[in-house]
Amino acid sequence: MAWFRRNREAKRPKGPLSLRRTFVTPEGVDLQIELGGAGVRAAAFMIDAFAMLILLIIATIVIALLFVASKETSLAILWLIGFFVLRNGWFTLFEMGGRGATPGKRVMGLRVVARDGARLTGGAVITRNAMREIEVFLPLSFLAAQSAQGLADSFLTIFALCWSGIFLFFPLFNRDRLRIGDLLAGTWVVRTVRGELGSDLAVPIERERRVFSEAALGLYGVYELQTLEEVLRSGREDAIATVAATIRRKAGLADDPDDREFLSDYYAALCARLERGLMVGRRRADKFG
Amino acid sequence: MATSALSPAQPPAQPPAQPMLVNASRFRAAHAAEWERLERLVTRIEKRSIKALGDDDLLALPLLYRSALSSLSVARETSLDRSLVVYLEQLCTRAYFQLYGVPTLALSQLRRFFVHGWPAAMQALWRETLASFLLTVAAGIVGYVLVRGDPSWFFGIVGDGLAQGRDPSASAETLRQTLYGKHSDMLATFAAYLFTHNAQIAIFAFALGFAFAVPTVLLIVYNGLMLGAFMAVFVPKGLGYNFTGWIMIHGTTELFAIIIAGAAGFRIGTAIAFPGRQSRSDSAVQAGRTGATAMGGAVVMLAIAGLLEGIGRQIVLDDLSRYGIGLTMLVAWLLYFYLPRSRNGVVQA
Repeated sequence: MAWFRRNREAKRPKGPLSLRRTFVTPEGVDLQIELGGAGVRAAAFMIDAFAMLILLIIATIVIALLFVASKETSLAILWLIGFFVLRNGWFTLFEMGGRGATPGKRVMGLRVVARDGARLTGGAVITRNAMREIEVFLPLSFLAAQSAQGLADSFLTIFALCWSGIFLFFPLFNRDRLRIGDLLAGTWVVRTVRGELGSDLAVPIERERRVFSEAALGLYGVYELQTLEEVLRSGREDAIATVAATIRRKAGLADDPDDREFLSDYYAALCARLERGLMVGRRRADKFG
Repeated sequence: MATSALSPAQPPAQPPAQPMLVNASRFRAAHAAEWERLERLVTRIEKRSIKALGDDDLLALPLLYRSALSSLSVARETSLDRSLVVYLEQLCTRAYFQLYGVPTLALSQLRRFFVHGWPAAMQALWRETLASFLLTVAAGIVGYVLVRGDPSWFFGIVGDGLAQGRDPSASAETLRQTLYGKHSDMLATFAAYLFTHNAQIAIFAFALGFAFAVPTVLLIVYNGLMLGAFMAVFVPKGLGYNFTGWIMIHGTTELFAIIIAGAAGFRIGTAIAFPGRQSRSDSAVQAGRTGATAMGGAVVMLAIAGLLEGIGRQIVLDDLSRYGIGLTMLVAWLLYFYLPRSRNGVVQA
C-alpha cells in the first residue's frame, strides 16, 4: 500500500496548482497567489496590441482628415508625439495606474505586482516595458524596414523570427513565467480572481439530518471531503448520483431516494467528524491516512 | 463506544435534530459580515480608486483587512470548507494589493522622480556615465581621424540619408548654409521627429544592455563615430567653431542624454554578467530599476533637446549665444545631477 500512497502524493501538486506561489504579507500570512499562465498573458497582450492598432488607425485617419481640411503641417507633430506616446506609454501608463494592469490584462484578470510584495514603482514598470521594445518591437520594425527597402531576404527573416522566438517563449522556460522585462524589473504577473463565498454546505437545516455510523464516516479523509464538496457545489446530477452510490456501497448503507440530500447530510456529518479530529490534533489527510 | 457506534440506530451524544453544527459554520456566521464589507470596499476601490471611499470606510479598511487575514489563518488550520479558504485567500490577496501593491499617485511619483529618484540614479550611474562619455569621445576621435585620412569613410559611417549634402565634397558655402539656413515652416515638426527618433534610440540603448551591454556599446560607438565624421567635414573648411556652436546648443543636452541611456544599458549588462556578491536576478533587478529611472530622465532630456534643436537653433543664429545656451544647459544638468544632497532633496553644503 505504501508505494501506492507515495505515487498519489507525488501526483497531486502538479497540474493547475503549479502556478501557485508563496507570498508572505508583512503580517506573516502566506497568501498563496496564483501566477498568470503563458496563454492568458499572450491573450492579454494580443488584446492590447489590437487596441493600440485600432487607436492608431483611428487617430491617423482623424489627423489625415484634419490635415486635408486645414493644410496645417504642424498636425504631423501631433501624430509623431501621439505615436511615440502610444507605443511607449500604453503599457507603462496603464500599469503605473492604480490597477497595475493594461486594459488587456484587466480583461484577462491579471495584474502586475512587485515580486517582493512591495509597492510597484515607476522604475520597475518602465523597465519591464522598455524591454518589450527589444522583445517585440525591435524585430518587428527591423523586418518592416528591411522589407520596405526590399532587403528582407530569408536569412534576415529567419534571424528576426529566432530573435523574437527566444524572447517570446522565454516565459515558458522559467517556472515563474517571467518575461525578460519581468526578470529585470523584479515583477511578476498574477491572477486577480474575484471569487464568491459559496454557500455553507454544513449549515443547520430544518429537516432532520441522516445519522451515519462511525464506520461509515471513518471511510474518508479531508481530501475526499473536499472532493465531495466540489461535487456538491458543481450541482451535476450524474456526478452526485455516482458518488452517492459509491459511498452507500462502501459504507454498506441502504438505498436512498434523494441522492443530493443524502450526500449533503453525509458531507455535514463527515465534516463535523473530521473537524473534531482536527481539534485534538488528528488531521486525516485522505482515505489512506 | 466502538460497538454502539457501529449501529446507526444509536445517535451520538448531541440532540439528533441538529447534530452537526460544524466549526466552519459558526466561523462563517461570526465573521461573514466583516468579509462582505471588506469585499464591498475592495470592489469599490478596484472599480474606481481609493478616493471613492469615505472617511469611515478608509479607517475601517486596514482593520477589516487584518481581521480577514487572521480569519484566513484560522480557517486554514481549523476549517475543512475549501470554498471558505479559497474565498478568504482571494479576498485577502485583492485587499493586499489595494493596500500595499498600488503605486503612489502619479503626481507625487513625478515629484519624487525629479526631486530624488532621477539625480540619485544618475549619481549611482556615474561610473557607467563616465565610461559611456569616454567611449563617445574616443569614437568621435576615431571617426574624425578616419574621415580626415580618407573622406570616403564618411559615407561608410554616416550614410546618405542623414548627410543631406553635408559631405566632404560640399563647398564651404553650402556647409555654412546648413548651419545658419532657415527651414522655417517644418521647424516644430522637425523637433518632434528628432525627439521621438532619439527617444526611441535611447530606449533601445537601455533595453539592449540586456545582451551583456554589447549592442549598447555599438550604439554609443556609432553615435561617436558620426559626430567625429561630421566634425571632419566642417573643420577643414574652417567651420569647426561654427559647427561646434551648432551642435552645442542642443548637443550638450542630447548627447548627454544618449550617453546616459548608454550608461543605463551598461549597468544592466554588467549587472547580469558580473552580479558580484548578489544573486544574478537580484543584481539585475536593482540595475534595471536604477537604469530605467536614468533612462526615463534621458527621454525627458531628449524632449528638451528636441525643442532646443528644432526651435532654438533656428532662431538663435549667433555663435556666441549658441555656445552660451549649450554650456548653460550642460552646467545646469551637471549641477542638478551631481550636486550632493540629502535623501529628502535638501541641498547640503
